Amino acid sequence: MFTYFANPRRFMKLATVLSPWLAGATVVLAAAGLYLGLFASPADYQQGETVRIMYVHVPAAWMSLFCYVGLAISAAVGLIWKHPVADVAARATAPIGACFTFLALLTGSLWGKPMWGAWWVWDARLTSVLVLFFLYLGYMALNSAFDDPQRGSKASAILAMVGLVNVPIIKFSVDWWNTLHQPASIVRMDGPTIHPAMLWPLFLMIGAFTAYYLWVLMLRMRRELTETRLRARRQIQAEEAGA
Amino acid sequence: MTGFRAILMRDLRLALRQGMDSAMVVMFFVIAVVLFPLGVGPEPNVLARIAPGVLWVAALLSVLLSLERLFHTDFEDGSLELLALSPPALEVVVLAKVLAHWLITGLPLIVAAPVLAVLLNMPADGFALLLLALLLGTPTLSLIGAVGAALILGSRRGGVLLALLILPLFIPVLIFGVGAVEAAIGGFPARAPLLLLGAIFAGALALCPWGAAAGLRQALE
Repeated sequence: MFTYFANPRRFMKLATVLSPWLAGATVVLAAAGLYLGLFASPADYQQGETVRIMYVHVPAAWMSLFCYVGLAISAAVGLIWKHPVADVAARATAPIGACFTFLALLTGSLWGKPMWGAWWVWDARLTSVLVLFFLYLGYMALNSAFDDPQRGSKASAILAMVGLVNVPIIKFSVDWWNTLHQPASIVRMDGPTIHPAMLWPLFLMIGAFTAYYLWVLMLRMRRELTETRLRARRQIQAEEAGA
Repeated sequence: MTGFRAILMRDLRLALRQGMDSAMVVMFFVIAVVLFPLGVGPEPNVLARIAPGVLWVAALLSVLLSLERLFHTDFEDGSLELLALSPPALEVVVLAKVLAHWLITGLPLIVAAPVLAVLLNMPADGFALLLLALLLGTPTLSLIGAVGAALILGSRRGGVLLALLILPLFIPVLIFGVGAVEAAIGGFPARAPLLLLGAIFAGALALCPWGAAAGLRQALE
Protein backbone atom coordinates (compact mmCIF):
# COMPACT_ATOMS: atom_id res chain seq x y z
CA MET A 1 0.00 0.00 0.00
CA PHE A 2 2.93 2.25 0.78
CA THR A 3 4.37 1.89 -2.72
CA TYR A 4 0.90 1.59 -4.29
CA PHE A 5 0.12 5.19 -3.38
CA ALA A 6 3.53 6.44 -4.50
CA ASN A 7 1.82 6.82 -7.86
CA PRO A 8 0.23 10.28 -7.73
CA ARG A 9 -2.68 9.24 -9.96
CA ARG A 10 -3.68 6.44 -7.61
CA PHE A 11 -3.36 8.73 -4.62
CA MET A 12 -5.53 11.33 -6.37
CA LYS A 13 -8.24 8.70 -6.83
CA LEU A 14 -8.07 7.80 -3.14
CA ALA A 15 -8.14 11.46 -2.12
CA THR A 16 -11.13 12.21 -4.36
CA VAL A 17 -13.06 9.27 -2.89
CA LEU A 18 -12.19 10.11 0.71
CA SER A 19 -12.80 13.85 0.61
CA PRO A 20 -16.62 13.93 0.83
CA TRP A 21 -16.57 11.35 3.64
CA LEU A 22 -14.04 13.38 5.59
CA ALA A 23 -16.08 16.54 5.04
CA GLY A 24 -19.18 14.75 6.28
CA ALA A 25 -17.33 13.34 9.29
CA THR A 26 -16.07 16.80 10.15
CA VAL A 27 -19.54 18.31 10.08
CA VAL A 28 -21.16 15.50 12.07
CA LEU A 29 -18.44 15.28 14.73
CA ALA A 30 -18.21 19.05 15.05
CA ALA A 31 -21.96 19.41 15.39
CA ALA A 32 -22.14 16.67 18.02
CA GLY A 33 -19.06 17.93 19.85
CA LEU A 34 -20.17 21.55 19.87
CA TYR A 35 -23.68 20.70 21.00
CA LEU A 36 -22.40 18.53 23.83
CA GLY A 37 -19.59 20.88 24.67
CA LEU A 38 -21.45 24.17 24.60
CA PHE A 39 -24.87 23.10 25.86
CA ALA A 40 -25.15 19.60 27.24
CA SER A 41 -22.00 19.39 29.37
CA PRO A 42 -21.64 20.84 32.86
CA ALA A 43 -19.83 24.04 33.69
CA ASP A 44 -16.66 23.71 35.74
CA TYR A 45 -17.04 24.04 39.51
CA GLN A 46 -14.13 26.51 39.62
CA GLN A 47 -14.03 28.16 36.21
CA GLY A 48 -17.73 28.34 35.43
CA GLU A 49 -18.73 28.69 31.80
CA THR A 50 -15.22 29.82 30.73
CA VAL A 51 -14.10 26.20 30.73
CA ARG A 52 -15.95 25.72 27.43
CA ILE A 53 -12.97 27.28 25.58
CA MET A 54 -11.29 23.96 26.41
CA TYR A 55 -13.37 22.27 23.70
CA VAL A 56 -11.54 24.37 21.07
CA HIS A 57 -8.20 24.97 22.79
CA VAL A 58 -7.32 21.35 23.62
CA PRO A 59 -8.19 19.91 20.17
CA ALA A 60 -6.22 22.71 18.48
CA ALA A 61 -3.21 22.05 20.70
CA TRP A 62 -3.49 18.30 20.16
CA MET A 63 -3.67 18.83 16.37
CA SER A 64 -0.65 21.13 16.40
CA LEU A 65 1.46 18.30 17.86
CA PHE A 66 -0.20 15.63 15.72
CA CYS A 67 0.36 17.62 12.54
CA TYR A 68 4.01 18.22 13.40
CA VAL A 69 4.66 14.53 13.99
CA GLY A 70 2.81 13.76 10.74
CA LEU A 71 4.90 16.39 8.97
CA ALA A 72 8.16 14.99 10.29
CA ILE A 73 7.22 11.41 9.41
CA SER A 74 6.07 12.29 5.86
CA ALA A 75 9.17 14.40 5.33
CA ALA A 76 11.38 11.58 6.58
CA VAL A 77 9.63 9.07 4.30
CA GLY A 78 10.09 11.46 1.39
CA LEU A 79 13.75 11.95 2.22
CA ILE A 80 14.70 8.33 2.95
CA TRP A 81 12.60 6.45 0.41
CA LYS A 82 12.13 9.31 -2.09
CA HIS A 83 8.40 8.69 -1.93
CA PRO A 84 6.92 11.39 -4.18
CA VAL A 85 3.53 11.70 -2.48
CA ALA A 86 5.10 11.88 1.00
CA ASP A 87 6.86 15.13 0.09
CA VAL A 88 3.58 16.58 -1.11
CA ALA A 89 1.88 15.48 2.11
CA ALA A 90 4.55 17.14 4.25
CA ARG A 91 4.38 20.40 2.31
CA ALA A 92 0.59 20.39 2.54
CA THR A 93 0.52 19.69 6.29
CA ALA A 94 2.78 22.55 7.33
CA PRO A 95 0.39 25.51 6.91
CA ILE A 96 -2.48 23.56 8.49
CA GLY A 97 -0.35 22.66 11.50
CA ALA A 98 0.88 26.25 11.81
CA CYS A 99 -2.73 27.48 11.86
CA PHE A 100 -3.67 24.95 14.53
CA THR A 101 -0.69 26.05 16.64
CA PHE A 102 -1.67 29.69 16.25
CA LEU A 103 -5.26 28.84 17.16
CA ALA A 104 -4.08 26.95 20.25
CA LEU A 105 -1.97 29.92 21.35
CA LEU A 106 -4.79 32.38 20.63
CA THR A 107 -7.54 30.43 22.41
CA GLY A 108 -5.14 29.69 25.25
CA SER A 109 -4.49 33.40 25.58
CA LEU A 110 -8.23 34.15 25.58
CA TRP A 111 -8.68 31.50 28.26
CA GLY A 112 -5.71 32.72 30.27
CA LYS A 113 -6.91 36.27 30.67
CA PRO A 114 -10.00 35.45 32.76
CA MET A 115 -8.37 32.46 34.50
CA TRP A 116 -4.77 33.51 35.19
CA GLY A 117 -5.20 37.24 34.80
CA ALA A 118 -2.59 37.38 32.05
CA TRP A 119 -2.78 37.21 28.25
CA TRP A 120 0.62 35.52 28.15
CA VAL A 121 3.13 34.03 30.58
CA TRP A 122 6.55 32.70 29.73
CA ASP A 123 6.11 29.29 31.27
CA ALA A 124 7.52 26.09 29.75
CA ARG A 125 4.39 24.89 27.92
CA LEU A 126 3.58 28.22 26.24
CA THR A 127 7.21 28.92 25.32
CA SER A 128 7.76 25.47 23.79
CA VAL A 129 4.51 25.72 21.77
CA LEU A 130 5.68 29.11 20.52
CA VAL A 131 8.93 27.44 19.45
CA LEU A 132 6.80 24.83 17.64
CA PHE A 133 5.07 27.65 15.78
CA PHE A 134 8.45 29.05 14.73
CA LEU A 135 9.53 25.59 13.59
CA TYR A 136 6.46 25.35 11.34
CA LEU A 137 7.22 28.79 9.87
CA GLY A 138 10.88 27.87 9.42
CA TYR A 139 9.88 24.66 7.64
CA MET A 140 7.63 26.58 5.23
CA ALA A 141 10.29 29.23 4.65
CA LEU A 142 13.05 26.73 3.96
CA ASN A 143 10.82 24.70 1.64
CA SER A 144 10.21 27.68 -0.63
CA ALA A 145 13.70 29.18 -0.39
CA PHE A 146 15.22 27.22 -3.24
CA ASP A 147 14.78 27.48 -6.98
CA ASP A 148 14.90 23.69 -7.18
CA PRO A 149 11.81 22.40 -5.32
CA GLN A 150 13.43 19.01 -4.70
CA ARG A 151 16.29 20.66 -2.83
CA GLY A 152 13.76 22.62 -0.78
CA SER A 153 11.84 19.49 0.19
CA LYS A 154 14.97 17.65 1.26
CA ALA A 155 16.45 20.51 3.25
CA SER A 156 13.19 21.20 5.07
CA ALA A 157 12.80 17.45 5.75
CA ILE A 158 16.04 17.54 7.71
CA LEU A 159 14.84 20.61 9.60
CA ALA A 160 11.53 18.91 10.41
CA MET A 161 13.33 15.88 11.83
CA VAL A 162 15.65 18.06 13.91
CA GLY A 163 12.63 19.88 15.31
CA LEU A 164 11.00 16.62 16.44
CA VAL A 165 12.96 16.95 19.68
CA ASN A 166 10.56 19.76 20.64
CA VAL A 167 7.49 17.48 20.70
CA PRO A 168 8.37 15.45 23.85
CA ILE A 169 9.54 18.71 25.43
CA ILE A 170 6.07 20.18 24.89
CA LYS A 171 4.32 17.06 26.13
CA PHE A 172 6.37 16.71 29.31
CA SER A 173 6.98 20.42 29.96
CA VAL A 174 4.15 20.51 32.50
CA ASP A 175 5.82 17.67 34.41
CA TRP A 176 9.44 18.76 34.15
CA TRP A 177 8.94 22.42 35.07
CA ASN A 178 6.88 24.35 37.55
CA THR A 179 4.34 25.72 35.07
CA LEU A 180 1.20 27.80 35.31
CA HIS A 181 -0.37 25.67 32.57
CA GLN A 182 -2.24 22.79 34.13
CA PRO A 183 -0.64 19.33 34.15
CA ALA A 184 -1.70 16.46 31.90
CA SER A 185 -5.24 15.27 32.54
CA ILE A 186 -5.87 12.92 29.61
CA VAL A 187 -2.74 11.14 28.42
CA ARG A 188 -1.48 10.02 31.81
CA MET A 189 -0.18 6.80 33.31
CA ASP A 190 -3.21 6.59 35.60
CA GLY A 191 -5.78 7.41 32.93
CA PRO A 192 -7.79 10.56 32.38
CA THR A 193 -8.86 12.67 35.30
CA ILE A 194 -11.66 14.46 33.44
CA HIS A 195 -15.25 13.42 34.08
CA PRO A 196 -16.82 11.56 31.13
CA ALA A 197 -19.45 14.28 30.74
CA MET A 198 -16.63 16.62 29.69
CA LEU A 199 -14.35 13.98 28.22
CA TRP A 200 -16.78 12.82 25.53
CA PRO A 201 -17.38 16.27 23.97
CA LEU A 202 -13.62 16.75 24.08
CA PHE A 203 -12.97 13.53 22.19
CA LEU A 204 -15.69 14.40 19.68
CA MET A 205 -14.09 17.78 19.05
CA ILE A 206 -10.65 16.17 18.68
CA GLY A 207 -12.21 13.77 16.17
CA ALA A 208 -13.80 16.71 14.35
CA PHE A 209 -10.50 18.59 14.17
CA THR A 210 -8.70 15.47 12.93
CA ALA A 211 -11.31 14.86 10.24
CA TYR A 212 -11.04 18.53 9.26
CA TYR A 213 -7.26 18.29 9.05
CA LEU A 214 -7.43 15.17 6.86
CA TRP A 215 -10.08 16.77 4.64
CA VAL A 216 -8.06 19.95 4.08
CA LEU A 217 -4.91 17.82 3.63
CA MET A 218 -6.63 15.86 0.84
CA LEU A 219 -7.74 19.13 -0.77
CA ARG A 220 -4.26 20.65 -0.63
CA MET A 221 -2.56 17.51 -1.89
CA ARG A 222 -5.01 17.19 -4.76
CA ARG A 223 -4.36 20.82 -5.65
CA GLU A 224 -0.60 20.40 -5.67
CA LEU A 225 -0.66 17.15 -7.64
CA THR A 226 -3.03 18.70 -10.18
CA GLU A 227 -0.78 21.76 -10.48
CA THR A 228 2.21 19.51 -11.16
CA ARG A 229 0.32 17.67 -13.89
CA LEU A 230 -0.81 20.96 -15.45
CA ARG A 231 2.72 22.29 -15.44
CA ALA A 232 4.05 19.12 -17.05
CA ARG A 233 1.31 19.24 -19.68
CA ARG A 234 2.03 22.90 -20.48
CA GLN A 235 5.71 22.10 -20.77
CA ILE A 236 5.01 19.30 -23.27
CA GLN A 237 2.77 21.65 -25.26
CA ALA A 238 5.44 24.34 -25.30
CA GLU A 239 8.08 21.85 -26.45
CA GLU A 240 5.81 20.55 -29.21
CA ALA A 241 4.97 24.07 -30.31
CA GLY A 242 8.66 24.94 -30.43
CA ALA A 243 9.66 21.80 -32.34
CA MET B 1 42.59 11.79 12.43
CA THR B 2 45.02 13.44 10.05
CA GLY B 3 42.12 14.51 7.86
CA PHE B 4 40.46 16.20 10.85
CA ARG B 5 43.68 18.02 11.75
CA ALA B 6 44.33 19.00 8.14
CA ILE B 7 40.89 20.58 7.72
CA LEU B 8 41.08 22.25 11.12
CA MET B 9 44.48 23.76 10.35
CA ARG B 10 43.32 24.86 6.91
CA ASP B 11 40.28 26.67 8.26
CA LEU B 12 42.26 28.30 11.06
CA ARG B 13 44.96 29.42 8.69
CA LEU B 14 42.40 30.88 6.28
CA ALA B 15 40.62 32.70 9.06
CA LEU B 16 43.80 34.09 10.59
CA ARG B 17 45.01 35.27 7.24
CA GLN B 18 41.72 37.09 6.82
CA GLY B 19 41.95 38.47 10.33
CA MET B 20 38.82 40.56 10.13
CA ASP B 21 36.34 37.70 10.64
CA SER B 22 36.71 37.18 14.37
CA ALA B 23 37.37 40.85 14.95
CA MET B 24 34.06 41.70 13.28
CA VAL B 25 32.14 39.16 15.36
CA VAL B 26 33.55 40.60 18.59
CA MET B 27 32.85 44.13 17.41
CA PHE B 28 29.24 43.22 16.70
CA PHE B 29 28.99 41.64 20.16
CA VAL B 30 30.33 44.81 21.78
CA ILE B 31 28.10 47.15 19.78
CA ALA B 32 24.99 45.04 20.37
CA VAL B 33 25.61 44.99 24.12
CA VAL B 34 26.35 48.73 24.17
CA LEU B 35 22.99 49.44 22.53
CA PHE B 36 21.12 48.23 25.59
CA PRO B 37 22.27 50.80 28.16
CA LEU B 38 21.67 53.44 25.52
CA GLY B 39 18.18 52.10 24.96
CA VAL B 40 16.92 51.26 28.45
CA GLY B 41 18.76 53.99 30.28
CA PRO B 42 21.91 53.91 32.41
CA GLU B 43 20.31 53.12 35.77
CA PRO B 44 22.68 50.55 37.35
CA ASN B 45 20.00 48.39 38.98
CA VAL B 46 18.10 47.93 35.75
CA LEU B 47 21.28 47.08 33.86
CA ALA B 48 22.39 44.61 36.53
CA ARG B 49 18.99 42.91 36.33
CA ILE B 50 19.13 42.42 32.56
CA ALA B 51 22.89 41.86 32.19
CA PRO B 52 22.98 38.04 31.93
CA GLY B 53 20.12 37.97 29.41
CA VAL B 54 21.53 40.76 27.28
CA LEU B 55 24.99 39.18 27.18
CA TRP B 56 23.60 35.80 26.16
CA VAL B 57 21.25 37.20 23.50
CA ALA B 58 24.03 39.31 22.02
CA ALA B 59 26.37 36.29 22.01
CA LEU B 60 23.65 34.26 20.28
CA LEU B 61 23.18 36.87 17.59
CA SER B 62 26.92 37.27 17.07
CA VAL B 63 27.34 33.50 16.56
CA LEU B 64 24.35 33.55 14.21
CA LEU B 65 25.87 36.26 12.03
CA SER B 66 29.11 34.38 11.62
CA LEU B 67 27.44 31.04 10.81
CA GLU B 68 26.32 31.88 7.28
CA ARG B 69 29.92 31.85 6.10
CA LEU B 70 30.67 28.45 7.62
CA PHE B 71 30.21 26.43 4.45
CA HIS B 72 29.45 29.21 1.99
CA THR B 73 32.87 30.02 0.58
CA ASP B 74 33.79 26.34 0.23
CA PHE B 75 30.48 25.65 -1.48
CA GLU B 76 30.92 28.52 -3.91
CA ASP B 77 34.42 27.65 -5.09
CA GLY B 78 33.93 23.87 -5.22
CA SER B 79 36.21 22.81 -2.40
CA LEU B 80 33.22 21.39 -0.53
CA GLU B 81 32.77 18.83 -3.31
CA LEU B 82 36.43 17.88 -3.03
CA LEU B 83 36.09 17.59 0.74
CA ALA B 84 33.05 15.36 0.30
CA LEU B 85 35.02 13.09 -2.02
CA SER B 86 38.12 12.98 0.18
CA PRO B 87 38.87 10.15 2.69
CA PRO B 88 37.63 11.69 5.96
CA ALA B 89 33.90 11.21 6.38
CA LEU B 90 31.78 14.30 5.78
CA GLU B 91 30.80 14.21 9.46
CA VAL B 92 34.49 14.54 10.41
CA VAL B 93 34.84 17.46 7.99
CA VAL B 94 31.85 19.13 9.66
CA LEU B 95 33.35 18.59 13.13
CA ALA B 96 36.67 20.07 12.06
CA LYS B 97 35.01 23.12 10.51
CA VAL B 98 32.78 23.62 13.56
CA LEU B 99 35.79 23.43 15.88
CA ALA B 100 37.61 25.97 13.75
CA HIS B 101 34.51 28.20 13.74
CA TRP B 102 34.25 28.04 17.51
CA LEU B 103 37.94 28.81 18.00
CA ILE B 104 37.63 31.80 15.71
CA THR B 105 34.31 33.23 16.93
CA GLY B 106 33.25 31.53 20.18
CA LEU B 107 36.50 31.95 22.10
CA PRO B 108 36.84 35.69 21.38
CA LEU B 109 33.23 36.14 22.56
CA ILE B 110 34.05 34.35 25.81
CA VAL B 111 37.09 36.61 26.29
CA ALA B 112 35.05 39.75 25.59
CA ALA B 113 32.10 38.78 27.77
CA PRO B 114 33.52 39.68 31.23
CA VAL B 115 34.53 43.14 30.01
CA LEU B 116 31.03 43.76 28.73
CA ALA B 117 29.56 42.34 31.92
CA VAL B 118 31.41 45.09 33.78
CA LEU B 119 29.85 47.64 31.42
CA LEU B 120 26.41 46.26 32.28
CA ASN B 121 27.12 46.37 36.01
CA MET B 122 26.62 42.64 36.44
CA PRO B 123 27.13 41.50 40.05
CA ALA B 124 30.53 39.92 40.68
CA ASP B 125 29.12 36.52 41.68
CA GLY B 126 28.03 35.86 38.13
CA PHE B 127 31.32 36.28 36.31
CA ALA B 128 32.78 32.80 36.77
CA LEU B 129 29.47 31.15 35.87
CA LEU B 130 29.13 33.42 32.85
CA LEU B 131 32.46 32.19 31.52
CA LEU B 132 31.67 28.57 32.29
CA ALA B 133 28.20 28.72 30.78
CA LEU B 134 29.47 30.44 27.63
CA LEU B 135 32.24 27.84 27.41
CA LEU B 136 29.60 25.10 27.35
CA GLY B 137 27.06 27.04 25.32
CA THR B 138 29.01 28.58 22.44
CA PRO B 139 30.26 25.24 21.02
CA THR B 140 26.65 24.01 21.16
CA LEU B 141 25.56 27.08 19.23
CA SER B 142 28.25 26.44 16.61
CA LEU B 143 27.14 22.81 16.29
CA ILE B 144 23.43 23.55 15.97
CA GLY B 145 24.22 26.45 13.66
CA ALA B 146 26.26 24.18 11.42
CA VAL B 147 23.11 22.16 10.68
CA GLY B 148 21.30 25.34 9.69
CA ALA B 149 24.24 26.64 7.66
CA ALA B 150 24.34 23.36 5.71
CA LEU B 151 20.61 23.48 5.01
CA ILE B 152 20.59 26.98 3.53
CA LEU B 153 23.41 26.44 1.03
CA GLY B 154 22.23 27.60 -2.36
CA SER B 155 19.03 29.12 -1.04
CA ARG B 156 17.76 32.52 -2.03
CA ARG B 157 17.53 34.38 1.27
CA GLY B 158 20.40 32.79 3.16
CA GLY B 159 21.08 35.07 6.12
CA VAL B 160 17.56 35.92 7.26
CA LEU B 161 16.36 32.37 6.60
CA LEU B 162 19.19 31.02 8.76
CA ALA B 163 18.07 33.23 11.63
CA LEU B 164 14.49 32.00 11.31
CA LEU B 165 15.62 28.38 11.32
CA ILE B 166 18.31 28.47 13.97
CA LEU B 167 17.06 30.85 16.64
CA PRO B 168 14.21 28.58 17.81
CA LEU B 169 16.75 25.79 18.23
CA PHE B 170 19.04 28.12 20.19
CA ILE B 171 16.34 28.88 22.75
CA PRO B 172 17.11 26.00 25.20
CA VAL B 173 20.79 26.98 25.32
CA LEU B 174 19.75 30.57 26.00
CA ILE B 175 17.33 29.61 28.76
CA PHE B 176 19.76 27.39 30.63
CA GLY B 177 22.76 29.65 30.02
CA VAL B 178 21.00 32.64 31.54
CA GLY B 179 19.58 30.38 34.23
CA ALA B 180 23.07 29.33 35.30
CA VAL B 181 24.34 32.92 35.58
CA GLU B 182 21.26 34.15 37.40
CA ALA B 183 21.45 31.21 39.81
CA ALA B 184 25.01 32.18 40.70
CA ILE B 185 24.03 35.83 41.13
CA GLY B 186 21.11 34.86 43.36
CA GLY B 187 23.28 32.63 45.50
CA PHE B 188 21.57 29.39 44.45
CA PRO B 189 23.47 26.32 43.23
CA ALA B 190 23.94 26.56 39.48
CA ARG B 191 24.44 22.82 39.10
CA ALA B 192 21.14 22.04 37.36
CA PRO B 193 21.37 24.55 34.48
CA LEU B 194 25.04 23.69 33.99
CA LEU B 195 24.30 19.97 33.82
CA LEU B 196 21.53 20.64 31.31
CA LEU B 197 23.84 22.83 29.23
CA GLY B 198 26.37 20.02 29.28
CA ALA B 199 23.70 17.52 28.26
CA ILE B 200 22.59 19.68 25.33
CA PHE B 201 26.23 20.07 24.32
CA ALA B 202 26.82 16.32 24.48
CA GLY B 203 23.69 15.66 22.44
CA ALA B 204 24.59 18.30 19.88
CA LEU B 205 28.14 16.97 19.61
CA ALA B 206 26.78 13.50 18.88
CA LEU B 207 23.92 14.41 16.51
CA CYS B 208 24.67 17.68 14.75
CA PRO B 209 27.59 16.44 12.62
CA TRP B 210 25.24 13.86 11.10
CA GLY B 211 22.52 16.42 10.46
CA ALA B 212 24.94 18.91 8.95
CA ALA B 213 26.60 16.24 6.79
CA ALA B 214 23.15 15.16 5.51
CA GLY B 215 22.44 18.79 4.66
CA LEU B 216 25.77 19.14 2.87
CA ARG B 217 25.07 16.02 0.82
CA GLN B 218 21.72 17.52 -0.22
CA ALA B 219 23.46 20.70 -1.28
CA LEU B 220 26.07 18.86 -3.32
CA GLU B 221 23.66 16.73 -5.30
